[in-house]
Amino acid sequence: MKFPESWLRSFVDPKISTRELARVLTMGGLDVESVEPVAPAFDKVVVGQVLQAAKHPNADRLTLCKVDVGGGTTLAIVCGAPNVIAGMKAPVALLGARLPGMEIKQAKVRGVESSGMLCSARDLGLSQDHSGLLVLPVDAQPGTDVRRVLDLDDQLITLKLTPNRGDCLSLRGIAREVSILTATPLIVPAVTPAKAALQEKREILLQDTAACPRYCGRIIRSVDVKARTPDWMVRRLERCGMRSISAIVDITNFVMLELGQPLHAFDNRAIEGEVIVRRARKGERLRLLNGQEIELTPDVLLITDTKKPLALGGVMGGEASAVSGSTAEVFLEAAWFSPSAVAGRARRFALSSDAAFRFERGVDFAATREAIERATQLVLDVCGGAAGPISEAAAALPQRNPVRLRSSRASKIIGVQFSDEQIAGLLKRLQLPHARSDGEFAVTPPSYRFDLGIEEDMVEEVARLHGYDNIPSRPPRAALAVLPVPEGRRTLSELKRILVDREFFEVVNFSFVEAQWESDFCGNAEPIVLENPIAAQLDVMRSSLIGSLVANLRFNLARKVDRVRVFEAARCFLRLSGEENPRDPARALAGYHQPLRVGGLAYGPAAAEQWGIPVRPVDFYDVKGDVEALLAPREARFAPLAHPGLHPGRAASVILGGAAIGWLGELHPRWQRKYDLPRAPVLFELDVVGLAAVDVPRYREISKFPPVIRDRSMEFDEAIPVSGILEELTRNRPPLVQDIRLFDFYRGKGVERGKKSLAFRVVMQDTARTLTDAEADAAMAQLTELLAAKFGAKLRT
Amino acid sequence: MAHRAEAVEFQMIDLDKVVSRAIAEFSGTNDANDLEHIKARYLGKSGVLSEARKELAKLPPDERRDVGARFNQAKDKIEAALAARRDELAADELDSRLGEEALDVTLPGRGLARGGLHPATRTLERIEQLFRSIGFDVADGPEIETDFHNFTALNQPQDHPARSMHDTFYLKGAGQNLLLRTHTSPIQVRYMQHHEPPFKIIAPGRVYRVDSDATHTPMFHQVEGLWIDEAVSLADLKGVLTDFLRKFFEDEKLRTRFRPSFFPFTEPSAEVDMSCVFCDGAGCRVCGQTGWLEVAGSGQVHPNVLKACGVDHEKYMGFAFGMGPDRLTMLRYGIDDLRLFYDGDLRFLAQFT
Repeated sequence: MKFPESWLRSFVDPKISTRELARVLTMGGLDVESVEPVAPAFDKVVVGQVLQAAKHPNADRLTLCKVDVGGGTTLAIVCGAPNVIAGMKAPVALLGARLPGMEIKQAKVRGVESSGMLCSARDLGLSQDHSGLLVLPVDAQPGTDVRRVLDLDDQLITLKLTPNRGDCLSLRGIAREVSILTATPLIVPAVTPAKAALQEKREILLQDTAACPRYCGRIIRSVDVKARTPDWMVRRLERCGMRSISAIVDITNFVMLELGQPLHAFDNRAIEGEVIVRRARKGERLRLLNGQEIELTPDVLLITDTKKPLALGGVMGGEASAVSGSTAEVFLEAAWFSPSAVAGRARRFALSSDAAFRFERGVDFAATREAIERATQLVLDVCGGAAGPISEAAAALPQRNPVRLRSSRASKIIGVQFSDEQIAGLLKRLQLPHARSDGEFAVTPPSYRFDLGIEEDMVEEVARLHGYDNIPSRPPRAALAVLPVPEGRRTLSELKRILVDREFFEVVNFSFVEAQWESDFCGNAEPIVLENPIAAQLDVMRSSLIGSLVANLRFNLARKVDRVRVFEAARCFLRLSGEENPRDPARALAGYHQPLRVGGLAYGPAAAEQWGIPVRPVDFYDVKGDVEALLAPREARFAPLAHPGLHPGRAASVILGGAAIGWLGELHPRWQRKYDLPRAPVLFELDVVGLAAVDVPRYREISKFPPVIRDRSMEFDEAIPVSGILEELTRNRPPLVQDIRLFDFYRGKGVERGKKSLAFRVVMQDTARTLTDAEADAAMAQLTELLAAKFGAKLRT
Repeated sequence: MAHRAEAVEFQMIDLDKVVSRAIAEFSGTNDANDLEHIKARYLGKSGVLSEARKELAKLPPDERRDVGARFNQAKDKIEAALAARRDELAADELDSRLGEEALDVTLPGRGLARGGLHPATRTLERIEQLFRSIGFDVADGPEIETDFHNFTALNQPQDHPARSMHDTFYLKGAGQNLLLRTHTSPIQVRYMQHHEPPFKIIAPGRVYRVDSDATHTPMFHQVEGLWIDEAVSLADLKGVLTDFLRKFFEDEKLRTRFRPSFFPFTEPSAEVDMSCVFCDGAGCRVCGQTGWLEVAGSGQVHPNVLKACGVDHEKYMGFAFGMGPDRLTMLRYGIDDLRLFYDGDLRFLAQFT
């Protein structure tokens, strides 16, 4: 809501500065978004009347003017404006005047003295219009300060109103607030009801009295629709951000801004019979005055005559019944539509409607008649004509039930002790009618407030007037309870730090991605699609972080960063049938799985470029090391994996405690080519919940006896995965074997083709005694046999 | 007698000379092997001393003891000189080896560098730590939400004008029932539904709105806070948020301003401003010359919300607030473009190691 300060002050004029007024409004809950002057600063600009305009002897486009600037002074001014003409009134910047960006001095223009300047609107910084002189009203007195004539010493105040304060969508409403907040009396101009010069009236029929319980209308004949809207009205409308359209429309807008009641003027001759307010019928159509034709549904309120729809009730008039240049008589409407009958309708039809904006927030249902009288008065003043009587149809208006307000409750919610006396005083200032009993009040919300329905609403009113600034800032006081710190579950923050310590940078990517990424990288042909994406290509919810990470890589490669380690921890979105579990955010919604995952991408040299470390590209095993570091101290099983995004021979699923918790692998060469990457990055993605669980350590006795360490090299078929061998060794090792670790992997010279050599280090120990060589030899022989039997391994010699 | 005296005299002179000659020869060499050869010549089995000692047998026993002692003294002297020279040579050799082994200690160290957390994560983690320090637990919830949890339970029925404050992303084919949460408030709804009061939580997370320009991204972070107990008031809200902001910005002089506002899920409601951290409230470009920065929306939880979540709203009351950690991050680190948060630009991220 934007308005000029002067208009507000015509209703209430507290003796405070503009700055203070803005502060009072903001601290009262009407947030002042901006205060800006109507016009930039300038001085010594007065009304001038051009007495003579003659051609400049030396220049075709210049005019020599004699200008009366009041007080018997006539100035000779050279002017270049095309619209200068004897008799007109225009602003004159006198010598010494300071205009935005220039100062006026005595000057010789093409050999002729000029003692001042005739100004355009742009010269004064009022608008961008520089097509000619700014034409001043004919009744302006020469010599008068232009700032006064045009009312330029004014400020534009813009409020960012919250949806609960529909009552402040008018000057009178804002003035009422200022009056309360500053304890300054409100000046309410009296509206004198127009004398009915006609007897003619239209019958009004209300068919949905809940949606529209009050409708006032009146015919005004013989109006001059071409009459000029008075300057003062145009100025106020413009300063409120509204364009002047025609006198009748301007008047309805003006009254809406002034009193908050939306009005509509129909061309009376377009109405046949009585005016009916009813629900639309399915399939009914109406062409609105903005040219848009809409198809209606029964939850929309219509204004019709006996034959056809006229207007969308409380939202917008129809084109056929709109006031036009040929209108000679109008039917003026002031009605009250309930918020629920209007709410959302304008949005549904994508209409911008000041009326709907007000009705859905609540319009004062006690001020309908006053508004139509005020509008009538203005129409008769500006356009002339003869008004008929008001026809009013009325049913039950909204009930305003008293709301209980307990002093003790208010004190408890606000945190300030209030006595009944204090509350009564605040309610009086708030002009809220109330009945008082011991410790509580029955407060009746006024007809213009739609946000005061429960005790807490009244508490807010009390707090607001008491002043939020006057509520103390109290340090929290509560019963202390120690928060749990589960040792068996690592926090996401701990997991992130492991990756940070391994050179990964955290990124945050949008959860919506290109559908193509989903199908390429995840083989997801049926992703979760957004109805209204922010951009056409960001229309599906990602089921994996992989596409976003590849996009991060591309972004950085394009900026000449050739070593990239990035990770993201975020929810992914998948379809899932099965039970919902309201306590688990990942499964809180039936049909959807929203697991929190951590994914990473590594690209470029394995080690950051540095001396003493040979350069080689990062590979599967480097990233596997990162994944293992994330998992430690738990150890996962890695099994070959077919994944649409990954190289079929270089991808593994990560299995922890029997469940797959994610994967790692090299990007499929197909996508490497398609996404224009010089090399394939290695990626991983793991479920955070699965990853976070760790065992609380359990102490095992440390042996006092020295360990026996033996190495063993054996040859296996290439195809046998190492993980299976290690698992077998772990499962079936003799009891005195404490640890078996792979310490060498070899294929090539000395090893048969199709075979690989694996070397294991075996640590044997007993907690009770020193082992003998014979015992160690026996255990090693047992292991060798095991491998030979299970995998056909041969001892290397 | 003369013969004896002559023989002894000869030996005496010989020993002192031998000792000094040996010492001179020891000093004359810089080579450890050479030193050992010299040693052998004097102390070895067929060395000078051993050969001369053989003559001792010729002396009478009483003299033999005396002369033998002098032989031993000479031998001790030579050995001492030898040991000293050995040490010297070893020290010299060590010195020269250490010289050769010297490194350029100014060469950079090797190994892993460090990555970094996203600046918004730094902020979220600090917020969590600060609130945990006064007993707030951390809660989480789904990002695809139901209309009920995101709006209806939060006192925003269908067609409520406040809904237009949030431009909502809807899922296709779900009839406007499923959406991307527009704020973290649905987390408090879920939390209250499944826990018993008192509640004291914060809920950080990603939220989504159909909005994109220099200061808005369609996805951003929010932190929701909730404290419900039997008598938690606006004064407590002011205390907690003021204290939090001062600790977050590490500025005890930071001022806050609470002004009446409107949110469907709180009543009374307050918008929270803090004094501008760049100009200390004097007015600058960042705060639009007002001296104040809007940092949070807050208020006493609306009884309708408590009701919808099954909480006795006559017995329990308290506050909720919502903050934008992205904005706090920008203010804290002096970042002037929100879009940098979501680009994955390593030149930006590397500034937060």
